[in-house]
Amino acid sequence: MRFLLVEDTPDLGQAVLDRLTLDGHGVDWARTLGAARDHLAVSTYDLILLDIMLPDGDGRDFLAEHRRARADTPVIVMTARAAVSDRVALLDTGADDYVTKPFDFAELEARVRAVLRRRGGAAQTLVTFADLTFDPLGAVVMVDGDARDLRNRELRLLEILIAAPERIFSKGHLHDRLLSASEAVSDNAIEVYVGRLRKKLAGSRARIETVRGVGYRLTAL
Amino acid sequence: MTAPRRAASIRRRLLIQGVGIAALLALVLYLAVRGVAGSAIQTVQDSVLGTATVIIAEELRGGTGAVSVDIPYAAFSMLGAVGEDRVFYRIVVGGETVTGYPDLPLPDEAPGLTPAFYDATYDDTILRIGAVGRSVLVDGQRVGVTVLLGQTRTAQAAITAQMANRAAALGLGVFALAAVLALVSARAALKPVNLLAGAVERRGPQDLRPVTRAVPRELVPLVAALNGLIARLGTALDRTETFITEAAHHVRTPLATVRMQTEIALRQADDDATRASLRQVIRAVDSAARSAGQMLDHASVIHRSDRGAPAPLDVCAVLRDLAHQVRPVADMRDMDVVLDLPDAPVTLAVDRLLLESALRNLLDNALKYGHAETEITVTLTQEDGTALIAVCDRGRGLGDGGAGALTARFARGANVADVVGSGLGLTIVRDAARACGGSFEIAERTGGGTCATLHLPLG
Repeated sequence: MRFLLVEDTPDLGQAVLDRLTLDGHGVDWARTLGAARDHLAVSTYDLILLDIMLPDGDGRDFLAEHRRARADTPVIVMTARAAVSDRVALLDTGADDYVTKPFDFAELEARVRAVLRRRGGAAQTLVTFADLTFDPLGAVVMVDGDARDLRNRELRLLEILIAAPERIFSKGHLHDRLLSASEAVSDNAIEVYVGRLRKKLAGSRARIETVRGVGYRLTAL
Repeated sequence: MTAPRRAASIRRRLLIQGVGIAALLALVLYLAVRGVAGSAIQTVQDSVLGTATVIIAEELRGGTGAVSVDIPYAAFSMLGAVGEDRVFYRIVVGGETVTGYPDLPLPDEAPGLTPAFYDATYDDTILRIGAVGRSVLVDGQRVGVTVLLGQTRTAQAAITAQMANRAAALGLGVFALAAVLALVSARAALKPVNLLAGAVERRGPQDLRPVTRAVPRELVPLVAALNGLIARLGTALDRTETFITEAAHHVRTPLATVRMQTEIALRQADDDATRASLRQVIRAVDSAARSAGQMLDHASVIHRSDRGAPAPLDVCAVLRDLAHQVRPVADMRDMDVVLDLPDAPVTLAVDRLLLESALRNLLDNALKYGHAETEITVTLTQEDGTALIAVCDRGRGLGDGGAGALTARFARGANVADVVGSGLGLTIVRDAARACGGSFEIAERTGGGTCATLHLPLG
């Protein structure tokens, strides 16, 4: 996915950029509203991540202007203004959603997915592996044409594994991407979710293999 | 520190002045009436006495050797008509008392034909005496004759006393009436002041709107000064709020950087000890940020508590909105938010931000303390003019402390050490519910978990 990140704090911008890039997204980073307008003029984005207090203006004005231009790129506001009144005002201005700084990256991802799903999203390319067909945004998994009912965390786990088949993911890595960093969960949480995903994908030629002492990988029979 | 000495009450001052003036006027009235009435009676009495004296004097005839005196009894009966007074007379011819009471006092100057009147003591009583002098011919010679006619003043004194009593009664009546009027007018004069004071006093502690009530011209400077003070106070509060918001922004932005960098470091760390400490850092950051946010929310809940009557609000729409907003977070823990709402809108006359603050906190709690892969149910029912909004989770419940301990500021349950929180959430809920004219309770849920219920008046 292509993100436009509008954020003036260098460290934070860099960190969000790194994190999104790490997950395989394309990101353009604008440090001012002017730069954001330039980017929007020449490229299309799936989503805009917008800060509020920027050196050349207020992100909310930019948002209103964006909406007036009937541009329908979804916008998620990243705000340090945490008061209820600010949040209500943001949604009234036309933001699709907001996260308050400091935000949990897993939550940002969840909100991004929710916004894109609600917007009908850009026609998301289906991911296929062996006899699995996976639509990450629509949250549909088919095994040989047969739809399987997966819960959110099982879907997210499959999404991570299917993005790089045969690659071994460590338990820690899966933990970091699947669960909120501040959430307290039991040590064997990942084993539990892997077990469930295996059960849900029963009958498929694709299977999740345990690489003892290292992690898991998706592989085909 | 000693309290400043209180200046005399304006009302008392007005009252004392009014009553004092009334007393003075009543006294003057009394004296005037008594004086005028007394002298009028005196004049009438004197003219009767004078007439009687003149009649007697005219009956004196000269002659040979002596003066003939023929006292006309009509004169006495004329005097008797006035009252039961005793009458004395003395007729002096040429220095000798001819008839009557020889020691009846003579006037200081010889009287003429026009009667002269004077008071004199005789026989231990005070007499009013009329004196007329004339001359008659005795043996061809003019001899001066003086006629004295005295009368006690019992009747006159009685009438004067009666008149004085009436004057006193009149004076008292006027005084009483004036005193009541003074009381009424003091109260009426101070009424605008009292109304103004009442209007300002009835305001809640957060109401900083200027006073717009119409006041008499004399109070305009006072109201202007009051409004100036209110405006300065409002500006100071706004500045404080802006400062807190700015401060929060400046704290939260670097915290966001720390958190994001730590998450990246966590992604790249392999050994468990490092990962555990990085998670600790993230939890500490979340905790700091959450406290800052909740303190702001609590402040704004208190600040908004007194905004007057809010517009009617469909609580179903608010609940749908909020459920929609928290759904991505619920999804992350495979939790569902299930709404059980009536089909028709349910209208409450409550402030939207207060309601959202309360509901948002309840949903946050359910999301944090509910177990993964359970449902959060939000139910709206109506009962006796009250809307009941229940947010129920399947989670760890209230712990040993029970419900009572949780709404205190910065109080947290004994069973939640592993979850990031500020201890302000339920305080916000409670204060917001109160500010909406409602109440809030939290209880263990049958079958495990917690049910938090808001009772809000239907609008």
